[in-house]
Amino acid sequence: MPGSLFPTTRRSVIEALRSGDTEERARAYDTLAAIYWRPLYKYARIVHACRAEDAEDLTQSLMLQAFERGALETYDPRRASFRTFLRVVFDRLIVNHQKHTARVKRGGGAQHFDFASAEVELNREGGRGENPEEYFQRQWAKSLLATAVDRCRETLDPPSFAIFESYDLAPEAGVTYAQLARAYGVTEITVTNRLAAARRRFREIALELVREITASDEEFRREARALFGVEV
Amino acid sequence: MTWLSDQAVDRLRDVAVRPDFEGSRYTIIREIGRGGVGIVYEAIDQELQRRVAIKVLPADSRREGQLIAGLEHPGIIPIHDAGLLGDGRAFYVMKLVPGSTLSEKGPPHTIAEAVRLSLRISEPVAFAHARGVVHRDLKPSNVMLGEFGEVLVMDWGVAVAGTPGYMAPEQEHEGIVTPQSDVFALGVMLRQMVANERASRRLRAIIAKATAQNVDDRYASAHDFSEDLVRFLDDQPVAAYPENAADAVLRWLSRNRPLLAVIAAYLVMRVVVVLVWQR
Repeated sequence: MPGSLFPTTRRSVIEALRSGDTEERARAYDTLAAIYWRPLYKYARIVHACRAEDAEDLTQSLMLQAFERGALETYDPRRASFRTFLRVVFDRLIVNHQKHTARVKRGGGAQHFDFASAEVELNREGGRGENPEEYFQRQWAKSLLATAVDRCRETLDPPSFAIFESYDLAPEAGVTYAQLARAYGVTEITVTNRLAAARRRFREIALELVREITASDEEFRREARALFGVEV
Repeated sequence: MTWLSDQAVDRLRDVAVRPDFEGSRYTIIREIGRGGVGIVYEAIDQELQRRVAIKVLPADSRREGQLIAGLEHPGIIPIHDAGLLGDGRAFYVMKLVPGSTLSEKGPPHTIAEAVRLSLRISEPVAFAHARGVVHRDLKPSNVMLGEFGEVLVMDWGVAVAGTPGYMAPEQEHEGIVTPQSDVFALGVMLRQMVANERASRRLRAIIAKATAQNVDDRYASAHDFSEDLVRFLDDQPVAAYPENAADAVLRWLSRNRPLLAVIAAYLVMRVVVVLVWQR
C-alpha cells in the first residue's frame, strides 16, 4: 500500500539493542542516539538546570548505557513507552550525579554529539512553560520530526524538497503557492504536486521512525498519537 | 540536523496527518474538529459543488462510517460517502452542519428547554440502541446544535474509552458498556444543563434514576428515559418518582393552571357582581 501509515518493514531498534550482533546494535544505537541525544541534553539543561559540561557528560553516559547489552533489560513496553523509560532512567542518573557531585566519567569511544548546536537551539527556544514530561515530549517530537526532515532531504529530489522546505519548514507561515511558483520558475500546479509528494514522503518517514523506536504495535500507536495528537 | 521552530513543528504535525485527497472529488479546506480518535475537516465536494464534513479515522476504524450509515435518523448526521485513503486510513463524508456543539454554546436558559433538549438528544440514542448500537462517549462536545434548531449526536461507537465525568461506573472501572452506560451519560448531561436552575423533585428523581451508580437502578434504556422526560413535560406521573396523594394534587393543580385561572376569574367576577348587586 503506498504511503501506508503502518510501516512494518523496519525492525524496532529497541529489539535490536538487545541483539547479540554488535553491528546490529551499533546501527540501532545510531538511530536511537540521533533522535534522543538532543532532547536528553536540553532536558538536563532546562529541567534540571545542569551546567553545560555536566549535561554533556550525562547525555553521553546515558547513551553509552543504552548501547551496553543488557542495560535495557528492565524495559517493559507494556508499562510505559521507551521515551518515558529513558527519561525516568535519565532522571535517576541526574539525581544520582547531583547527590555525589562527581563528574560522570566518559566511557572510552563515546560518541561526541554536537552539543554546541544544541546550545544555540536552546538560546533560540527560550525557557520552558510546561512540566518536565511535556518539555521532554516536545523536544522528542521536535527531534524526531527534524530527523524525518533530514531523511526527506536525503531521499527526495532536490526541487521537491526545496518547495517543501520553503512552504512547510519556514519559521513563519505566509508564503503562497504563487510566490513559490515564481521563485522556482514552475507552475502553481507543479508546486502543488511537488509539495503533496514531499508531504507524503515526510509522513511515511516520520511514521517509519516512530515504528523503529517503539517495541510493540501498542507502543507505536501511543507514540504516534503523542507525536501527532491523534490516532493514526 | 535541521532546526525546527515551534510553528514549523505544529505545521509538520498537521502535514503528517492531513489526508491526501489529490485526484478525488474532495478538496480539503480546513480542520474543524479533532478528537482522540479522528480529525474532522471542512471540504468541498467538487462533483456536487457543496461543502461537506470529512472525518478521517485510524486504519482499523472503517466500521464507524458503516455503523452510522445504518443509522438513518434526523438526530444523526447522514453519511454521503466513505472509503480508504492511500495511506490506509478510513474516511467518511457527511453533511456539514453549521452551528456549535452543546459544550461551546452552553446550556439552555430554562428547565423546560433543557428537558426538551435532553429529549432530542436521547431520541437518536434510543433509536441507535434499538439497532444494537451503543454510543459509548456521550458528552456535550458530541452534541451539535445546528443554526436552524437541529440537534445532532456525533461520534458514534468509535470511542475506546468514554470521557471521565460522563462514564458510568461499570464502564469506567470494568470496561462494561451497555445501553445503560449511555443512559448514565444522558443523565449527567441533563443534570449539568439544569445545574443553575431549581429543578423539581420529579426532575431530580429522573436525573437520579438515569445516573444511578447501580445499573439495575437505572432506566433500562434511553427509550425509557425519553418516555419519562415526555411524561415530565406533559405533567404526567413519571416512573422515577412514586408520588403520594399530595404530590398528585399539586401536579394536578400545576397541570390545570389555565383552567384554575379561568375558574378563579369567574368566581371573582361572581363575587364582584353580588357585591355590586347588594349595594
